Amino acid sequence: MNPILLTPLDISVAASLIILDAVLSIWLRLRLHRQIAVAAARMVVQLVAIGYVLRFIFSLNNPAATLLLILVMVLVAAREVAARPERRFKGHSNLVIGFVSVGFATFITAILALTTAIRPQPWFDPHYAIPLAGIILGNVLNSASLSLDSFLGSVRRERPAIEARLSLGESYREAIAPLVREAIRRGLLPIINQMSAAGIVTLPGIMTGQILAGLDPLEAVKYQILLMFLLSGGSGLSALAASYLAAWRLTDERQRLRLDRLQ
Amino acid sequence: METALLVKELRSEFAGPFELTLGAGACAAITGPSGSGKSLFLRMIGDLDPNQGKVWLHGMERGSLAAPEWRKRATYVSAESGWWADTAIEHFAVNSRSEVAALAARLGLHPDLLDASIVRLSTGEKQRLSLVRALLQSPPVLLLDEPTGPLDEESVVRVEALLQERMATGTSILLVTHDSSQAERLGNQRYRMVAGHLETP
Repeated sequence: MNPILLTPLDISVAASLIILDAVLSIWLRLRLHRQIAVAAARMVVQLVAIGYVLRFIFSLNNPAATLLLILVMVLVAAREVAARPERRFKGHSNLVIGFVSVGFATFITAILALTTAIRPQPWFDPHYAIPLAGIILGNVLNSASLSLDSFLGSVRRERPAIEARLSLGESYREAIAPLVREAIRRGLLPIINQMSAAGIVTLPGIMTGQILAGLDPLEAVKYQILLMFLLSGGSGLSALAASYLAAWRLTDERQRLRLDRLQ
Repeated sequence: METALLVKELRSEFAGPFELTLGAGACAAITGPSGSGKSLFLRMIGDLDPNQGKVWLHGMERGSLAAPEWRKRATYVSAESGWWADTAIEHFAVNSRSEVAALAARLGLHPDLLDASIVRLSTGEKQRLSLVRALLQSPPVLLLDEPTGPLDEESVVRVEALLQERMATGTSILLVTHDSSQAERLGNQRYRMVAGHLETP
């Protein structure tokens, strides 16, 4: 079964629903019509642009170009991770922690999937590598930023407890362990929720997309299961990396708690 | 008297340089206005805040010990006690209940408090328990930051008696207090902290 390709006319028919939203906004005086118009226009421009970028990169079929695009995606994700927590490090540590944790988790899980499960020829074929990296990135971004936010939010509050343990001669690793544990836990919750709700509460996007594109539901389900495993692994790695890097950045060679490194 | 604690050119971005010699079993009491650097001085000796300079304990230089080992020997007890588990007793070594209860009783704390949830204890009860926690490890130097701040008169007497007993067996104490009569009662050496500098009154 071949996918049903959309014509510009098909899309224009759907676009009339946006007009419906705008009419609603004017009629009910929601004062949202401008925002609706801008958001819809942005969405179309951004997606068409990325469509052309992907088509271009696919046509190059050059591993360096693929890697470069993925690196740019990782950088944007790292910026999101860095910006999310209310409390931040002075300087660029937030960004570095975001980049390392998100990049590390994405590369490991993506390469594992490409070389063992999906196995395109060659394994770095951009048709597979880029969408896969994108899906993983979206999830590990979520875990890393939740973990970082949890750790940085609790460390100041828990300062008396941490320093009491240090004063009694415990190592920094022991004194900070409960916070690191809690941060990793926070980072893993979304993927656990996603896995338990999959198929009952939600029909995951990838599966839906593949069914729409004409794939047999059971084949689409297999892909979705593979993907969930990848995402849980990626979430775990990025939560772990973000939490430990943040904890490590807050101490020094004399195992002090260096809150002066926070803003 | 044998020198226990020796501090030379100890400084940080915000205070110092400090010089101090404290004998075994002696107590140096430091008074002074809030924000003058009293707590910071104790924290620098305990190596909890960044600092430069040298500190010796019975002739052993601080840098030759790993930080946790140093802090076991020169233990800082904060004015704001810190807790990480649900009940009080969980903050002490396993199988130390009888010792904890005995020492707590000397400070007027009922043994039932040990199983109480930390959030239900008063500030003064927590303060005394945190002192018990430090004393049980018998560090040769205690860095006490307002140990009797939130306590009633009777408890102050109990705490001071226990501290004096420890001094008699060789424990040295660096005491920060807002109570000048306490400084006179306990301190063999008395100092005043003014804007990050130690002065002898």
